[in-house]
Amino acid sequence: MSVGQPPLNSPEIRRLSPVLEPGHTYATVTDKIAAIVLTRPVSLGWLAGFGLCFTFVMILNVAVAWLIIKGVGIWGINIPIGWGFAIVNFVWWIGIGHAGTLISAILFLLNQKWRTSINRFAEAMTLFAVACAGLFPLIHTGRPWMAYYMFPYPSTMGIWPQFRSPLIWDVFAVSTYGTVSLLFWFVGLIPDLATLRDRAIGKPKQIIYGMLAMGWRGSARHWHRYQSAYLLLAGLATPLVLSVHTVVSFDFSVAIVPGWHTTIFPPYFVAGAIYSGFAMVLTIAIPLRKAYDLQDFITMRHLENMAKVMLATGLIVAYGYFFEFFLSLYSGNKFDVFLVQQRLHGPYNHFYFALILCNILTPQLLWIEKVRTNVAMLFVMSLVINLGMWLERFVIVVISLTRDFMPSAWGRYSATIWDYATLAGTLGLFTMLLFLFVRVLPAISIAEMRELVAETSEEQK
Amino acid sequence: MIHEHRSHMYGVLGEFDTEHELIHASAAAREAGYRQFEAYAPFPIEGLSEAMGLKRNKVPLITLIGGLCGGLGGFFFQYWCNVYSYPINIAGRPLNSWPAFIPVTFELTVLGASLSAVFGMLALNGLPQPHHPLFNVERFTKHATADKFFLCIEASDKKFDLAEAARFLQSVHAHHVSEVHDD
Repeated sequence: MSVGQPPLNSPEIRRLSPVLEPGHTYATVTDKIAAIVLTRPVSLGWLAGFGLCFTFVMILNVAVAWLIIKGVGIWGINIPIGWGFAIVNFVWWIGIGHAGTLISAILFLLNQKWRTSINRFAEAMTLFAVACAGLFPLIHTGRPWMAYYMFPYPSTMGIWPQFRSPLIWDVFAVSTYGTVSLLFWFVGLIPDLATLRDRAIGKPKQIIYGMLAMGWRGSARHWHRYQSAYLLLAGLATPLVLSVHTVVSFDFSVAIVPGWHTTIFPPYFVAGAIYSGFAMVLTIAIPLRKAYDLQDFITMRHLENMAKVMLATGLIVAYGYFFEFFLSLYSGNKFDVFLVQQRLHGPYNHFYFALILCNILTPQLLWIEKVRTNVAMLFVMSLVINLGMWLERFVIVVISLTRDFMPSAWGRYSATIWDYATLAGTLGLFTMLLFLFVRVLPAISIAEMRELVAETSEEQK
Repeated sequence: MIHEHRSHMYGVLGEFDTEHELIHASAAAREAGYRQFEAYAPFPIEGLSEAMGLKRNKVPLITLIGGLCGGLGGFFFQYWCNVYSYPINIAGRPLNSWPAFIPVTFELTVLGASLSAVFGMLALNGLPQPHHPLFNVERFTKHATADKFFLCIEASDKKFDLAEAARFLQSVHAHHVSEVHDD
């Protein structure tokens, strides 16, 4: 038994539901998870869901194609609000990705066993969210076919990217994050791909899974190095995930715009990212465990723990809001004070109040155990928090840009149909990729579930 | 069951039901003087590496080197770009404004270390390896990545003798002892 947990027979742990329902063996966890991919027929519900998401991906295609034909003028952005939905959505998506890395890396280092059955699809969620996030700055450049200018390559012009700019740091942070998340996910998948290779029926499946498994055969020497590599990746991903949203917050805080230029941004962005990410993990986990009968593996314990993480990070975010507010007033800087007034009384104040309602007030219900253990309530709560975190980025981007130093430079912003179409399209893309993922790859790590079976049977002795 | 073509023989394979039997068998194989043997398990088992007498592996060292290369390369690349290749004076800031180079340096450190951890691990493991003699054993492909544990005494071991290795595996309670051939 790991350090820091009460003994198994203590009343405290009896009260908690287990991380794995009893009665499972190596064979049953293998069969149950592999069957979702290998033998379970495609259901009507899956087809309907996939079809709906696919429609939204088509909308995304149209929106992006029209954008490339006409230019960024089809969006609601203008001068002074040059960022608009594209950057709001970018920050929102990249934040969502952070929970996946947190679950797979940080909880792994902290030896939290409950991460086991949720880490695989949380990592997949990270990858898909980063893909959606990466799209926005790319299409926001206006000439996406010249985006390679941001990479330092030896050009005939002899110039280099501006390495002192947070926007270039962003390129490095997000592309490193995407790459490392992919590596982490793939390394975790190798043993499971071998399981699928050995259980698949029919040549095409055997060949595809076989090639992906790369000849993994579970040798002890291989596991020995594999565990070192996995632990190192977890150790590397931990500071990486903190750095990514820190760099994203630098995009704002390095600028002198009122409401952006504040040192509290990095920690409060990271907390907000984890907050929204856990909300998204719940949004996915709750329907997933229902649709594929995974209640044995994703138990109430998982949902409750995630709710607790949301509550904790939500409080950090609330602290961030409070200090942002307090420091603006306390500084006496008239532009900062004016910005606070604009948030409360300006033309976008309803967004600010909605944000406080979604991100600070509603999650306080999670103090109540009945709410934390009510699946329907948790699902609704996760949607509310996702919305709240989107509003947070909207408030940061739009209110500051519409009200900077000179009244002559003030403006208004309203999104167009194309802004909404692109946002909805990325939601469709994200969900479609998840639909494909649960059909072709094991949504729960089989090898780690076997480890959990071994550990729990050990404990029961 | 026992053929006489040792040249094509890879080893003798024994199957076990639990990880404890595998650990015990691995330790016993080492004690019996075998050196070229390998344990197979569907998940990493605590204590198995020690029982087999595996030394520390080289993945951490490779990762360290990769991380150092990424970090130093990242920093000095930015230094070279800004100080030698295309120096521009912007508002009198120093050409080598090193604090601004740290985020990219950090990201490239992590990138270099992660890539070398993964590719170093795969290279040391000899993966990808499309075929292996063990895949000829039906029970192995059916159970090794699912629910059973295997120990293979390899023919390349100096002490290897077919009958004796099979007897050894039976003595540590392996069931389904089978020969493994290269083809």
